[in-house]
Amino acid sequence: MPYTAEKPYKNPSPDELRARIPGWGADLDPRDRPSVPREKYDPGATGAHWDFPERQPGGESRERSLEHKFVTPVFGTSVPLKGLSGAIRRFAYKRYSEGRAAHWLLLIAGDRVDAWEAHARSLVSRQPDNPVTETGILAEAGHHPVSSRFRQNRSDVSHMWMDPLIVAGPWLAAPVVVVLGIRAALRRRRIA
Amino acid sequence: MQAMVYRGPYKVRVEEKDIPKIEHPNDAIVRVTLAAICGSDLHLYHGMMPDTRVGMTFGHEFIGVVEEVGPSVQNLKKGDRVMVPFNVYCGSCYFCARGLYSNCHNVNPNATAVGGIYGYSHTCGGYDGGQGQFVRVPFADVGPSLIPDWMDDEDAVLLTDACPTGYFGAQLADISEGDTVVVFGAGPVGLFAAKSSWLMGAGRVVVVDHLDYRLEKARTFAQAETYNFTEYDDIVLQLKKDTEYLGADVVIDAVGAEADGNLLQHVAAAKLKLQGGSPIALNWAIDSVRKGGTVSVVGAYGPIFSAVKFGDAMNKGLTIRANQCPVKRQWPRLFEHIQNGYLKPSELVTHRIPLEHIAEGYHIFSSKLDGCIKPLILPQAA
Repeated sequence: MPYTAEKPYKNPSPDELRARIPGWGADLDPRDRPSVPREKYDPGATGAHWDFPERQPGGESRERSLEHKFVTPVFGTSVPLKGLSGAIRRFAYKRYSEGRAAHWLLLIAGDRVDAWEAHARSLVSRQPDNPVTETGILAEAGHHPVSSRFRQNRSDVSHMWMDPLIVAGPWLAAPVVVVLGIRAALRRRRIA
Repeated sequence: MQAMVYRGPYKVRVEEKDIPKIEHPNDAIVRVTLAAICGSDLHLYHGMMPDTRVGMTFGHEFIGVVEEVGPSVQNLKKGDRVMVPFNVYCGSCYFCARGLYSNCHNVNPNATAVGGIYGYSHTCGGYDGGQGQFVRVPFADVGPSLIPDWMDDEDAVLLTDACPTGYFGAQLADISEGDTVVVFGAGPVGLFAAKSSWLMGAGRVVVVDHLDYRLEKARTFAQAETYNFTEYDDIVLQLKKDTEYLGADVVIDAVGAEADGNLLQHVAAAKLKLQGGSPIALNWAIDSVRKGGTVSVVGAYGPIFSAVKFGDAMNKGLTIRANQCPVKRQWPRLFEHIQNGYLKPSELVTHRIPLEHIAEGYHIFSSKLDGCIKPLILPQAA
């Protein structure tokens, strides 16, 4: 018990562990571990042959955190900002630092708007979104969907039912919203 | 080229994209020969990471062959077989000069709190990742390394994140000889952390999860004792009883943002996105470690607030150590451990999926079907 000075239980001895576990104690010396000390000043060890990297072109219009003095010399160009989601994200970067909750909440809102914009755009493209193939749900067949989930003590079974709602909810809600909108418009026209 | 593309929460597909170009003199273009889906990719897939844009290609675990190099690249040439750490880093900033490669200040204009990571949202720099046939690799003289001839591709791809991150988690825990180590999470990172704890002299290693097939792997791969937390009314109390009411000397959180075990916390984080991550494992770590002990956090969390029991951490006098792993710093020692037979990373691979079936791969991994622990992606089979 921890109510007295000695450790209240004994673990197996090093000899026992060395016999049972391959490599036990190979990194026993805390001073001889790769990330010790945490900060080790050695700029020559990285392979960099510059003091400050040459700048990647195109940084002028790149969004950046307010906590950066300038756009970093190298940056990703995966998906430039566009549309309403782009405007929301640009505002989040321009107005709020990383220390403000509003910065991140706006970026999350931008993500949701981005998904809706992308789905809408896809409907008039040559590759419309297909929620069946894109969710990978077809993999259920042949990958033990029942025995993998049930009678397995899995904690996540209690909330798995929410996932289809998250995926299909907007798809089910969109036509309802459209139909209600059309009905309301027709009703207004009749009244007029 | 063909590449995986994010289409919104829970949706991905394969699209035809332009082959990436050299955008900076120290860039390389790498033809990807093998990639993996990481547990942290699921945070993106589930829409939890702010500024994850539709159209991005995920994937921060990949190896490949150099296809083209920029004019200032000195250490690589076309045809080299390379492994690429998940960190994008410059090698010359304040942080890189001190070995904190995962905290590089020159590669991520979108945030200062996190460095650059391939295929991991614009919050991590906006770089496309390796779940495609080609990828742009910035700072080719700094990050990538030649894959040794003796190393298997499947070992190499697991050395780009999961294995070094688990090993790094055990280092952050500051394990002393004979320590009792509890690891929350029996995914690849947790399994590597458990295995690495023995290398650092642990006296006892206990792994906690809710997936029986992964706990079985923890027993066979990492020689650990295991607990399925769903079998206990209170796993923290069980761990206290199991250590004669002292608590573990160190606890490693290898779960991160989508932890299960408390419906309210999980739904608030993973479904409603009301907190940066579900801190169940982190709170259990704080509660089950002994006073004066160390909590190591290598599970990934989002940047917004989470409901963490910080008062207990303060009152118990805990040391909390956390970071993304500076991968390349771990490689020389991990290479030795693999050659000595102490580690065999590829033993965790359960699924090998052609790129064209990547949506099914994400679903299998996310839903934990079919005993999935580590799925690999075969980009050139598409």
